[in-house]
Amino acid sequence: MDPVFLDNSLWRNIYCNLAGDSAGCAAREYSAGMLPTGMEWLAFALAAAAIIGLFVNGVLGGVIVLIWGERRLFGRFQTRTGPNRWGPFGLLTPVADAIKTMFKEDVVPKDADRILFNLAPVMIAAPALLVFSVIPFGVGTYVADLNVGVLFIMAITSLTTLAVLTAAWSSGNRIAILSAFRSVALLISYEIPMALALVGVIMLAGSMSLGQIIGAQSIPFILVQPLAVFVFFIAAMAEMARAPFDLTEAESELAAGYLNDYASMKFGIFFLAEFMAEISTSAIITVLFLSGWRGWEPVPSHLWFGAKLILVLFVIIWFRMTLPRLRIDQVLKLAWKGLFELTLINIIVTAVLIAIWPEPTTTRLWIMAAVNWPVAIISIWAVSKLLGTSGYDDTEPDSDAPVYPVATEQIPGSAVHISGVTGPDTQARMSSPANSHIEQGGN
Amino acid sequence: MTTPWSGAALAEAIEAFAPGSTDKSHGGDVWLKPEAAFMVCEGLKSRPEFKFDLLSSVTAVDYIDHFEVVYHLTSLPKNASAVLKIRVGLGRTDAVVPSVVPIWRGADYQEREVWDLMGVRFKGHPNHKRIMLWEGFPGHPLRKDYVTYDQSIVASLAPDDGAYAAGSETAVELGTAGSQPAPGAGAEA
Amino acid sequence: MAIKTQPVTVNLGPQHPSTHGVFRLRVMFDGEEIVDVEPVFGYLHRGSEKLAEERTYTQIVTLTDRMDYVSPMLNNQAYMLAVEKLAGIEPTQRGVWLRMIAAELQRIASHLVATGFLLQDLGALGTPLIYAMRERENILDLFEMLCGARITNSYLRPGGVFMDAPTGFWLALDRELVDIVNTLDELEEYLSGNEIVFSRTKGTAVLAPELLINASITGPMLRASGVDWDLRHRNPYDYYDRIEFKRILHTASDNYARYWVRVQEARESVNIIRQCVAQIEPGPVRPSFDDVPRLIRPPKGDAYVAIEGSKGELGFYLVSDGGIAPYRMHVRAPSLINLTLLRDMLIGGLFGDLFVSFGSVDLNMGEVDR
Repeated sequence: MDPVFLDNSLWRNIYCNLAGDSAGCAAREYSAGMLPTGMEWLAFALAAAAIIGLFVNGVLGGVIVLIWGERRLFGRFQTRTGPNRWGPFGLLTPVADAIKTMFKEDVVPKDADRILFNLAPVMIAAPALLVFSVIPFGVGTYVADLNVGVLFIMAITSLTTLAVLTAAWSSGNRIAILSAFRSVALLISYEIPMALALVGVIMLAGSMSLGQIIGAQSIPFILVQPLAVFVFFIAAMAEMARAPFDLTEAESELAAGYLNDYASMKFGIFFLAEFMAEISTSAIITVLFLSGWRGWEPVPSHLWFGAKLILVLFVIIWFRMTLPRLRIDQVLKLAWKGLFELTLINIIVTAVLIAIWPEPTTTRLWIMAAVNWPVAIISIWAVSKLLGTSGYDDTEPDSDAPVYPVATEQIPGSAVHISGVTGPDTQARMSSPANSHIEQGGN
Repeated sequence: MTTPWSGAALAEAIEAFAPGSTDKSHGGDVWLKPEAAFMVCEGLKSRPEFKFDLLSSVTAVDYIDHFEVVYHLTSLPKNASAVLKIRVGLGRTDAVVPSVVPIWRGADYQEREVWDLMGVRFKGHPNHKRIMLWEGFPGHPLRKDYVTYDQSIVASLAPDDGAYAAGSETAVELGTAGSQPAPGAGAEA
Repeated sequence: MAIKTQPVTVNLGPQHPSTHGVFRLRVMFDGEEIVDVEPVFGYLHRGSEKLAEERTYTQIVTLTDRMDYVSPMLNNQAYMLAVEKLAGIEPTQRGVWLRMIAAELQRIASHLVATGFLLQDLGALGTPLIYAMRERENILDLFEMLCGARITNSYLRPGGVFMDAPTGFWLALDRELVDIVNTLDELEEYLSGNEIVFSRTKGTAVLAPELLINASITGPMLRASGVDWDLRHRNPYDYYDRIEFKRILHTASDNYARYWVRVQEARESVNIIRQCVAQIEPGPVRPSFDDVPRLIRPPKGDAYVAIEGSKGELGFYLVSDGGIAPYRMHVRAPSLINLTLLRDMLIGGLFGDLFVSFGSVDLNMGEVDR
């Protein structure tokens, strides 16, 4: 058995308990196994199935809880309760949503390309799930720790773009394609800042493997690389197409969106994929910037990871609930003229500091933190000046502007009958015969 | 206080620059001749003694034997108001009035509504279509002789024993036009 | 090298989450830029003007409730002023003060709706909208105290109102005014401190004052371009000449200015209500039935009265033939007329600005279609 797999404690626990007397397991003091000697392949298969099942179900369970949590948080932000009917505290609401979605009619438009139409939900859900295969949820709890973990994540999340375009194209709906174009423009514009923001992290950790990045975070990288976390957070929210970047969904309300022709469970899969992307993005941020499962001893590492994950999710939902959305041209401008430069500044500063202090010690991290924060603040200020603000100063009216002349003159000597409604002269009018009403300039 | 122009003063001032364009004046209203209406309105908007730059309202009333198009004008610089009326469609033949949309753009939708609901045409309107109802709607609903679809069915099916004719006991006397003489026709003071 | 593009026509249909009511807009756009716009109305046309010819003057109050259904008190007030002018009725003091209080509360509620829905259309998924609507709920509770109904009030009668305010009303009103100011502060902080709101609303759909006046546009849209025309100042009705309140003007005439004017006007309405409460005196809320009979028969003639509604100049033109029902009723609907410049606002702009500009006109389809 390949030692790489046996380093993974989760795998080891399952595999070695099943096929105890392989060489690698014996070296790690597992003596007996439940299966007879020639059946390591079965142990392998069962262990693989168990881990995959565990992760996929865990992720889907997390999505269920996230749907509930997000809707409750929406409610609390809006000073209302949020769903609280189904189950205790409304915990079964997503189940009700799923049942409702499954019972809808699955419509395929006549002009649709059937194969691609059915393939698009798979194309969007599979990458979202695949990302979880490299994320460690606790000490030794991961499916695989690739040496190119970060690159793998970036590559897999890029497949979403293809899925969006496939979904729109296969709908056979002109408006859907237009909407998908906007969405694709958004997604590919934010790939670059997202990937470049991680270069600083990779340089500091010296490796793209997520396990080693966690190992290198004696202080969390959020303190050391503020520009990177700033850019990555914004770019990740854009990649997920969440507010303030949810222009595709919003404008999809107005016209047809690329998801317009999807009914029933296919739409449900898109919906699930969006939440899976949310959890995976939060998990990536936790691992890369918040030092993953590392924390103080008595609390188990899985709980640390969970707590940090929930914190990041809360911040993402908070942004969604409070900020209005940006227009497509403003969004693209932000990506290319704003975030791109910030990532380059980050890379240059980090590279210079690493060249000066090549040893990976905690002291170096503190020095970098001390240097990076002022650099971050100054460069964000400079970029905001470059992008231009819309003028916090001229919200008040301009007192020098020319004024349209109103009531500047009076009618010279015209026959003025005050035809007001109230006042003492109407008493006289009331008691006079009906015709006098007409005499008094009734217009 | 917005001072309203009295009918007599306004008619006199209009005759000063456009002689022969007013029919009569009474109270606060001036009646214009339809063919002179456009020129008068242009003058009312641009001439310095009037400066009626805001057209408050354009509407029409169906007095059984004719229609009357009513304009309410407001002058912002002088804080004054005026009422113009044009009597058209005598004998309920085609009622055509020149459109004032080239003078005041605000008349656009209001004139379309008058055409839609009352059936008065506006010559020169850039988009002379119905606005509330769909193209192809039979009739003009706000007219006094408009019979709704269900009433026409009832009228065709029910035996004509005069039970629902106006003036009979079963006719509800809530402002039915036929029960009173039409105002404006003979109510000159 | 020009890329050959083809304009696309989209139907933003009558059922739509972002149009304020049933309204259809056929938009032709080329990429992101809007090339042509054709509005289609009439989905909510109920024939109110024709129905009014068969109802007594008091019954028509219920029709007016339903025209602009976010500001029924103001519709009632405009209609009742026209009836009083037509019939020569003198309203009672207390009735006038009460209807002014109701009208200004209604103006605040209407502007809260407008601002809340602006922020909703901008994309803040409901949070500021819920805050604004929560405040409006409190105002509607005050209306329920006054007349028993939250929205279709039918509060006014010829000569005044039909019911006096109960004893708990004045205390609740005082408390509510404080809450309203707090909510307006919150909304204003959102509007004036948020870069995304600025960049989406500033500089979009700018209209010149001469064009606005020529298109008969009145109300906050006109005042946002610097024209000082407010019928409560210029042609005071009821007791507005005994109240002092500021004139709210803005000069930028873009979407942001229109919303700013509405929020400031809501603040001024709070001021007006406080002055009304200070000046109101006990007395009958409507004339006795000897002075003004239940079925009024105004003398023959016509009358046009316009008030400053929440959306602009709201006018009623009534023609009487001496009977118990009007011969003709016409409503000068500000929402319909404010739509005149819709094409000027939208064409040449971006698609993303469509609903923001449309919302800044602050329409109500009940009033557009009547």
